[in-house]
Amino acid sequence: MNDAAVTAEPIEARSPRRFAYRHRLPTRIWHWVNAITVIVMLMSGLMIFNAHPHLYWGQFGANFDHPWLTFKGRPFPGWATIPSTYNLAAARRWHLAFAWVLVTGFVLFLAVSLRNRHIQRDLAPKRDEASPRHIWSDIKEHAQLRFPTGEAALKYNILQKLSYVGVIFLLLPLMILTGLAMSPSMDAAWPWLLDLFGGRQSARSIHFLCAAAILLFIVVHLVMVALAGPINEIGSMITGRFKVPPERPAE
Amino acid sequence: MISRRRFIAVGSTGLLAACDRLNSSQAFRGVLRSAEGLTMRAQRLVSPRDALAREYGEADMSPIFRSNGTSMPGTSEYAKHLAESFANWRLDVDGLVSRPLSIPIQTLRGMPHRVQITRHDCVEGWSAIGKWHGVQLSKILDAAGLSTRARYIVFHCADRFSDKPYYESIDLIDAFHPQTILAFGMNDHLLPVANGAPLRLRVERQLGYKHAKYIQRIEAVESLAGIFGGKGGYWEDNVDYEWYAGI
Repeated sequence: MNDAAVTAEPIEARSPRRFAYRHRLPTRIWHWVNAITVIVMLMSGLMIFNAHPHLYWGQFGANFDHPWLTFKGRPFPGWATIPSTYNLAAARRWHLAFAWVLVTGFVLFLAVSLRNRHIQRDLAPKRDEASPRHIWSDIKEHAQLRFPTGEAALKYNILQKLSYVGVIFLLLPLMILTGLAMSPSMDAAWPWLLDLFGGRQSARSIHFLCAAAILLFIVVHLVMVALAGPINEIGSMITGRFKVPPERPAE
Repeated sequence: MISRRRFIAVGSTGLLAACDRLNSSQAFRGVLRSAEGLTMRAQRLVSPRDALAREYGEADMSPIFRSNGTSMPGTSEYAKHLAESFANWRLDVDGLVSRPLSIPIQTLRGMPHRVQITRHDCVEGWSAIGKWHGVQLSKILDAAGLSTRARYIVFHCADRFSDKPYYESIDLIDAFHPQTILAFGMNDHLLPVANGAPLRLRVERQLGYKHAKYIQRIEAVESLAGIFGGKGGYWEDNVDYEWYAGI
């Protein structure tokens, strides 16, 4: 930066806007397809849950058995369900159709992201990042709402990496497999599903818990987007162009 | 400038209204419905034809096996059969068969039968494990001489639901599956009324509503189109449950 010495303009005026290309097209497409799919699956799933709002552990579980979680009536209100009035048949049609979108998108994302090294380069935590000290300092930074600026803003920080990796490699596979484990036909084809989760009703419970974890992720994700600058964050997930936040002046 | 809260409120009601509107659109429901065929073909692709549903041990059985749907058919005809302890109940087998049959229930109970402890999965989400005693449907169909034109087996039941006759249907892959039985017994006793006395279907790789109870007649057909609502079952016709209930 030779001109730095000769101009006395403030930093903002000297480099008014720096843009970087941040999300590649497959990532952006998957993000928005998933945004719709996951919300439809959560809302139609809550309607399905309304049909029998009791959860059990083990191979069986019905009204006379002991639930670990139970509600009276139909616990989830119309604004949280698809469709908005009680209809198990329609909710199942939405849920099981969008399940195909979820699975197809997930498999394609994994294939493309392994090939273009998005997973290895951007998502996998580096050795130094994974240290408890680094994670703890990142937690402190987040708690003070001090988000990375400059070049650091172009990379995912360790908390982001851990949450994305948790959703992509833990929650989504668990959702898909526990969903399949509830299918009597899949249990005949792949009996290991029952052994993996300890029974159909355990799988149903895990399915519900993972759905709650995904909902929590969505809430935190939206809060972070709002705090980090929603226009720039959402814009970059649509166009790929990200306005790099200027370096924070040294303290 | 609208407030964020108002934006979210309008956004979510808008989303819901859009979903409800989509749900009432025939074209969109057709798209959703196409997933049923995809699921059936995919599941059949990964399932060996005779892949067995898990059979459990005595210790795994539900202490109480709940009944669902009809627990007592309300017709006077059924009441008469019940009063006679089903002594005159017969299973009729007709349609696309070369030898129509009318089998007394006592004859069925005396035939070689299968005992299986399996899990019953309701579409609502609950499961119960029970022991079933029954004759393989394949034996009955072989005895009746199924026509090569037959593609579906329809089960006509004695119960009425919302004043419409209950019926169900399965295709030949499930009809000839070794665990598909006409059960006359449950948990070492004759079938209780609430669970479909004196004869019910067990089709173990599908959800509970396919397991027709109070069966009086089996009909082999080429197409489901002409039968009642044409969708292959009471729930399929009346509330749009999937005909293929493998998931």
